[in-house]
Amino acid sequence: MIWGVLQFPGSCDERDALHACSLLGEARMIWHEERDLGSADAVVVPGGFSYGDYLRAGAIARFSPAMEAVAEFAAAGGPVLGICNGFQVLCEAGLLPGALLRNEDLRFVCRQVELIGSGEERLSIPAKHGEGRYWAPEEMLDELEAGGQVAYRYAPGHNPNGSARDIAGVRNESGNVLGLMPHPEHAVDPLTGSTDGLKVFEALAGARV
Amino acid sequence: MTVEVAKHRELGLTDAEFELIVEKLGREPNDVELAMFSLLWSEHCAYKHSRKLLRRLPTEGERVVMGPGENAGAVDVGGGYAVAFKVESHNHPSAVEPFQGAATGVGGILRDVFALGARPIAILDSLRFGELDSVRSRHLLDGAVRGIGHYGNSIGVATVGGEIYFEPPYEHNCLVNAMCVGLAKTEEMVRAAAAGVGNAVVLMGASTGRDGIGGASVLASAELGDGDDAKRPTVQIGDPFEESKVLECCLELLEKGLLVSLQDLGAAGLTSSAGEMASAGGVGIDIDVAKVPLREADMEPFEIMVSESQERMLAVVEPSRVDEVLAVCEKWQTESAEIGLVTDSGQVRVLRDGEVVGDMPVEALVDGCPLYDLEPAEPDGWIYGNRQTLDAGATAGETLLVLLASANVASKRWAFEQYDSVVGSRTVRRPESADAAVLQLPEAGNAIAVSIDGNGRRVACDPYAGTVEAVLECTQNLACVGAEPLGLTNCLNFGNPEKPAGAWQLDRAVSGLADACTALGVPVVGGNVSLYNEGPDGPIYPTPVVGLVGELPDPERTCGSAFTREGDAIALLGPFAPSLAGSELAKLRGELTMGLPRSDITAVAAACATVREAVRAGKLSSAHDVSDGGLACALAELAIAGGLGCRVDLTPLLDRGLSPDEVFFGEGRGGFVLSGERAALEALASANTVVLILGETGGEEIEIAAGEGSLSIGLAEAEKAWNDISRAIAL
Repeated sequence: MIWGVLQFPGSCDERDALHACSLLGEARMIWHEERDLGSADAVVVPGGFSYGDYLRAGAIARFSPAMEAVAEFAAAGGPVLGICNGFQVLCEAGLLPGALLRNEDLRFVCRQVELIGSGEERLSIPAKHGEGRYWAPEEMLDELEAGGQVAYRYAPGHNPNGSARDIAGVRNESGNVLGLMPHPEHAVDPLTGSTDGLKVFEALAGARV
Repeated sequence: MTVEVAKHRELGLTDAEFELIVEKLGREPNDVELAMFSLLWSEHCAYKHSRKLLRRLPTEGERVVMGPGENAGAVDVGGGYAVAFKVESHNHPSAVEPFQGAATGVGGILRDVFALGARPIAILDSLRFGELDSVRSRHLLDGAVRGIGHYGNSIGVATVGGEIYFEPPYEHNCLVNAMCVGLAKTEEMVRAAAAGVGNAVVLMGASTGRDGIGGASVLASAELGDGDDAKRPTVQIGDPFEESKVLECCLELLEKGLLVSLQDLGAAGLTSSAGEMASAGGVGIDIDVAKVPLREADMEPFEIMVSESQERMLAVVEPSRVDEVLAVCEKWQTESAEIGLVTDSGQVRVLRDGEVVGDMPVEALVDGCPLYDLEPAEPDGWIYGNRQTLDAGATAGETLLVLLASANVASKRWAFEQYDSVVGSRTVRRPESADAAVLQLPEAGNAIAVSIDGNGRRVACDPYAGTVEAVLECTQNLACVGAEPLGLTNCLNFGNPEKPAGAWQLDRAVSGLADACTALGVPVVGGNVSLYNEGPDGPIYPTPVVGLVGELPDPERTCGSAFTREGDAIALLGPFAPSLAGSELAKLRGELTMGLPRSDITAVAAACATVREAVRAGKLSSAHDVSDGGLACALAELAIAGGLGCRVDLTPLLDRGLSPDEVFFGEGRGGFVLSGERAALEALASANTVVLILGETGGEEIEIAAGEGSLSIGLAEAEKAWNDISRAIAL
């Protein structure tokens, strides 16, 4: 399986994401000006501060040539994973529902958090962001929950930013596009704290529709 | 003539210095030249009151790749890799505008490191503020912490450690010291010396504006006082996105071998970077200010030469490679322009569209500033105040809770959670999980540990002994994670060196630094000096901040600072002779005076070696040095971090003739608290290392007996005290 990792000016975690993907298959970096995703079987939109994020997180990156290609790739059923800034970009691009607002206490937070996915199992993964408070209108939140689109929630007591209904990650209706604020690429090595992040990548790898 | 005299004084030059400039030029300098001289001859750039003292420091060692004089120091970590690192102050800008001051402090130190061709992998910071009950201190603290986070988080370099102290003498003059650590392939590193007559000089990065004009001379080389608001325009504004692009651009240029040399633009902007590159290379340099990309079209040549606009780098490039360099800059959306030429004239010439507007010998400009001898005199007694906040009648248990809750001892989670500590996938030990940060280096096949320390209050009590302690504390912190020191960087934050007491503090501290490093065999590979740190109430505590980088062979064989296993034995190892002098308790009791016991450097070094080997052999469950708040606080910190209580008996220490207060809360170097199998701990004792079994881990209480005195507090109560500030500040 070939993983493509987007790289924007201002990306921070793209090399970490590339490393995580390389543990699961072949991994290639895709420059933001590329219109061609090559032969990638899955795409990661990584964390960081694309184009500085001075306007609004992800607001500029969504217009990049690479993101146009990602939108087409996603529409064709290709698996796409947005991490942190990547999640923000996917929401700005309309590929995922909702929005990410500034953290409730208005401060950047870096903390190991526990996530609950579809099963009972808890994943220990670091979160680090200043604009990670998931928000959507109440009716949309109801629909997301009813439709199984809430991919990850913060375990009780672990919500670091005031996200609505403890939502840490969501997927699109067809299930092939996944975004989350915590960083699974920083949880792939027991030495740095956890290997639970690999499960997020593995779940996405099987999401082609 | 009278107008000229006023102008040079306004720029911070003495009459004698001005006369010397006239003599070296053979004429009076014009405005452009005077502005450039005033900056390069400022304390900040010329180190004119400290350079002679710094010659005492040992700078050589087997592992040194680059020493003082380069943008940063570097040591060999094996496997063909070197670690570059440096600590630098941004005190005065932060005292005026804390957010941007701290942010640009981080930006500046990052550039120093990637200027060598090293990719920054870690940031540490050392901060000092007035007491937290002051509105000003809270404002400065909040701004500085957010500023550091803003820059480091945005550029994707992990902030892995640091320290913060709160003391009244920093009320008006906070300290913001930032340290950066970078990793490079040794053979791909680049120096800052200009070389190759006829080579092009290329300016890369942000455009040049009117920000930060005179920052080094006006702001950083004089005392703070009333009217500092007017200096706000001398503070620069940081743009981490711009720096991120310049960083990647420079690393790509170096990887492709397109640069002859590289230098960052920091204090004094183009003036210092061009001047220092020419000086280091023994060449001349021409700069055409008309070719410098500007933010405002009508800037004067002197403004362009002294602007401290951030996120700029200067490179020397062979003429045939200029187009390739500009193409890489374009890829990274980094502005770049060929603005000058390396010459054989030995002169720095400033041109505007070909017309010469400044022409000075490099030697006079860069190395011609007179160096001054200090006139030290020991003050009669304690020149700082005392403020009693703890009743002397408090019980040992009450005192421990007060100490754990005091801002200097309490958890700093409220600060470090605002920093990204994991980006880069290297952080094996995050803040407060061990005594030093540990970063794995898969490319070199090993790991490094980094620590930054310096307790100004103790240095104020005895500048020599206190500075020795700072070096020893760093060394102990490294030993706790199994690391051996490779090299040291330092930032000397002091008051006015022209005052006898300030001169004495600086002189004694540098001697302490030199003696400790010599005795330990640790080379000083770089550093920075920040003087004139004074407010209306007097000088800051003399604050040498020491940053140490060490190596450990295996990142899996390290150790944390939390009790991990019920029933482990707890031992005190090392030449620990606690005293209340200069301690956190003496501060709270308002009993600070001059004087500090001397550390036995050789004995501490032997203890460090024993602990280091024990950690590497996997014999310990936890390791923590005894520091602020003494043995009782060290035990409490281990218990809180592990969620596991302890029962210990310190009576054997009383038998050494110590008082209960000294045993519980006394401070001094050389003590380690270790936990592990009892037999393994006992086996660490040797002819030159004392090991005392104190008790064992377990339960939900911290129980400490000391003859008739004893204390017992619940783990939950201790944890609450230790985290009170985190809760209060995080809201």
